[in-house]
Amino acid sequence: MSLWRYANPVEFMRLSGRVLPVLTAFTVACLGAGLVWGFFFTPDDYQQGSTVKIIYLHVPAALMAINAWIMMLVASLIWFIRRHHVSALAARAAAPVGAVLTLVALITGAIWGQPMWGTWWVWDPRLTSFLILFIFYLGYMALWEAVEDPEKAADLTAALCLVGSVFALLSRYAVLFWSQGLHQGASLSLDKEENVADVFYLPLLLCIAGFVLLFVSLVLLRTRTEIRARRLRALETRGGAA
Amino acid sequence: MRALLSRELALALRSGGGAAQGLVFFLIVVLLVPFGMGPEPDALARVAPGTLWIAALLSCLVTLDRLFQTDWEDGSLDALALSPVPLEAVVAIKALAHWLTTGLPLLVIAPLLALTLQLPGQAYPWLVASLAAGTPALSFIGAIGAALTLGLRRGGLLIGVLTLPLYIPTLIFGARCAIAAADGQDPVPALALTAALTLAILALTPFAVAQILRIQIR
Repeated sequence: MSLWRYANPVEFMRLSGRVLPVLTAFTVACLGAGLVWGFFFTPDDYQQGSTVKIIYLHVPAALMAINAWIMMLVASLIWFIRRHHVSALAARAAAPVGAVLTLVALITGAIWGQPMWGTWWVWDPRLTSFLILFIFYLGYMALWEAVEDPEKAADLTAALCLVGSVFALLSRYAVLFWSQGLHQGASLSLDKEENVADVFYLPLLLCIAGFVLLFVSLVLLRTRTEIRARRLRALETRGGAA
Repeated sequence: MRALLSRELALALRSGGGAAQGLVFFLIVVLLVPFGMGPEPDALARVAPGTLWIAALLSCLVTLDRLFQTDWEDGSLDALALSPVPLEAVVAIKALAHWLTTGLPLLVIAPLLALTLQLPGQAYPWLVASLAAGTPALSFIGAIGAALTLGLRRGGLLIGVLTLPLYIPTLIFGARCAIAAADGQDPVPALALTAALTLAILALTPFAVAQILRIQIR
């Protein structure tokens, strides 16, 4: 009995079909409670006023945007080493979710930055590396779409994911070097959350949990769709040949 | 291996001016900047190092799709993969030939174009040095994109989407060196970082590219 059993698409479909409704319910509960609590039942910040509340969307989205890429990296490695199709499809399924989360983080950041920093966008290391991350997601998705042979597409995108991870790290440090000391980089970092009062901290934790669950359920859902789409294609080609 | 290098060079120099293409593209991009920016010397001098670097990036990009494509189409790539020379070495030699035919000429005309962009005088050696240190990395990184998009119908656009983000670190350090020199700061740290980055890329990318090519050939 091992975890690898679920790399079998049939097993995966069975398990994920059973887990997904539960997961969705938890997601709705966590996210709903966290956001309602955060938006309506926390006091305004003494400096930032009510704009501080965007933190409940921004921080979890940013966190998961990076974790989505890490998950894709792990899935790609599993695909390379053990060649489990579900793994490759899960990586493919995660990319658009990650891209949207990156976009959410960028947009909520801009909406918060406008009143707080007085500008929608600055070329701050943190912001810039997120924009680069977003472009990496786009390239990854584009490559999946462009290659016709699914096996080859999985191989090539996995290679791109590995190379991209190395360069994403490189870019991060390059960007830090590039605009060193120009701007307040850490004003939104998780390190600061320890200073945030409990009234903000607890709903934020709930929102982060909600986003993690949201990510997992979306990826499961999309992986199931990918598996079904592949089955459909297999049926179609078989029908066409007969 | 030397035969392979001379073959690559001969092909690049002969086949419809593949090498000249990059150079002309470089010229045109730089030429367009004053039209877009306005011809004020001060403004041009400010953007000159960055412009030259971005133009180098783009001219490297436009010649990349030929790196493996023709060999892939006529089957010589399969022959090269089966030859006693390791595929990693083949990749390195092809990327080197790409740099010799597109990157190296840029070093020669970059100072000339920098002149038209009013680059401050003390920055010239540093501009050339940063390009010399950085452009080999562009060819080697580009090989990743060229290998990934091999055999795709619309690979030309995709190659840019995949490759340009990978160029960001090189661009930052390389341009930083030229900018620092133009501003009268110490350009050595940025140059050292560019060179270090390039060396790391030269050492590692052939393995990645060879692996991708094996996937493509299989």
